[in-house]
Amino acid sequence: MRRVAITHVAQSSGVESKESLMDFTYAINKEILDKAGLKREEVGCIIAGAADIFHSGLSCANAFDWDGIGAFLKEGSRAEESAFSFIYGCMRIMSGHFDTVLVTALVKGSENPDNDAITSFYGDPFYLRPVGLNESAVAAMQMRQYLERYGITEEQCAKVVVKNRGNALFNPYAHVKKRVSIKDVMDSERIYDPLKTLECSPKSDGVVAVLLASEKRARKLTGKPVWLTGYGSSMDHFIPGDRDLLNGQLKTAAARAYKMAGIRDPQKKIDVAEICEPYAFQELLWCEHLGICSEGQGGKLIDSGMTQMDGALPVNPSGGVLATNPYPARGLYRIAEAALQIKGQAGEHQVDKKVRTALAHSTHGFGGQCHSVVILSS
Amino acid sequence: MSKEEHRIVKGQVMVPYELALGRTWCHFFDCLKEEKIMGKKCRKCSRVLVPPRSFCPRCFEDMEEWVEVSQEGVVETWVYVNMPFFAQELKIPFISAQIRLDGSDSGFIHQIAGIDLSDFDKVRERVKLGDRVRAVWSTEKKGNILDIAYFEPVK
Repeated sequence: MRRVAITHVAQSSGVESKESLMDFTYAINKEILDKAGLKREEVGCIIAGAADIFHSGLSCANAFDWDGIGAFLKEGSRAEESAFSFIYGCMRIMSGHFDTVLVTALVKGSENPDNDAITSFYGDPFYLRPVGLNESAVAAMQMRQYLERYGITEEQCAKVVVKNRGNALFNPYAHVKKRVSIKDVMDSERIYDPLKTLECSPKSDGVVAVLLASEKRARKLTGKPVWLTGYGSSMDHFIPGDRDLLNGQLKTAAARAYKMAGIRDPQKKIDVAEICEPYAFQELLWCEHLGICSEGQGGKLIDSGMTQMDGALPVNPSGGVLATNPYPARGLYRIAEAALQIKGQAGEHQVDKKVRTALAHSTHGFGGQCHSVVILSS
Repeated sequence: MSKEEHRIVKGQVMVPYELALGRTWCHFFDCLKEEKIMGKKCRKCSRVLVPPRSFCPRCFEDMEEWVEVSQEGVVETWVYVNMPFFAQELKIPFISAQIRLDGSDSGFIHQIAGIDLSDFDKVRERVKLGDRVRAVWSTEKKGNILDIAYFEPVK
């Protein structure tokens, strides 16, 4: 297999855009091609990361998206989970079929109903939807088990919000920029007890583009290629009651990614992580499953300060999903942010250490039904 | 961009669907009408799943044996939903819960009610993980999941 590098990234702010989805998409794709000095005709293949009907009000929405990504006359494909779009794009290069692939994920969250309404349609109409499930409700059920089984406190979960919203102040692309205290989080409305409003991610707009290239091409396009060194993904059962919500498939996905990247001790080897945490406690639980701390130690992890911007293993220096949640695009945002950290181009939220290896994570579905882990290296 | 330039088109889409239940789920809902909760047992891994499946998702083998499970079980986890959202017909607040029915090997998702839900702090005192709950049946049966009206605490 050939090596694949991320050569360039471009991203929009998560704030509501008043442009049409087509124009919003075009602007970021034009930006990334300009950065790379490429003409549209020179890009080999296009992979989109977008969800249609529920997230954009359009059926077969990629048909609408293609022109804004520059896909005319090209081979292209689409996945709803943008981490999958990323790996499909990588595979087009690994296989030797293309030397450049543009992966773009997009959504205008501001244009469609609340995430809770949309994710209630993840539930089947026979068993789950009629009894009130959506992504937030299942996350809350998962959180209650997490608190009970390991003695994690609600304050420890709230600290994740304080950290990530704090980091977002330094990210020009973040959506919600407001410093919050533990008390603010604890006093926010208990909408899905034990989940409180401020522990749930917002709903954002977002277009993010990642340009991939083969080794030979990447070295011509950039002095700082970021290499894909590991990838793993795994799916759990659909019905939450068929699984252990605290022992899902992230461990499997991570093990696959670490094996491919040759990582034995993730805590030592990973310099920075961008983790998909639509609900605050999930950052702690996912850190356990990623081997950043051991089982049941997520609370102590946040207390230790290790995952702070200036800690030994900063998690979500961008502010994460709790600050910016362009739902189907959020996985590719994590990948783009991890690449920027390796390139040393994250700007004000660049971590103050040498970043050789970065982890990006994405999740989709009730309580983390599906997980993807991407390892990038300098 | 001026307000005039930020024009939007409002839309609401209603599309009818007809989703087949299949034989296994038809039988499950027919049994609910008779106030029986049925699961299916996998002959390979011996797990009993509720709701029943026509195949075991782990073993990927046909599940043929019907087993009636208990109408009582243990609360594995729950959420107090106090947030209205579009297309949700349930009246808030309500409790969604995952319940391990005696004789089954999976968590059954339904609701807990029959207690005072108005005071949240009292609810937290009243409902604990590991508590036993029992099915309460709707008087009028429609052959759907809400033929079980809810689960109520046993005590």
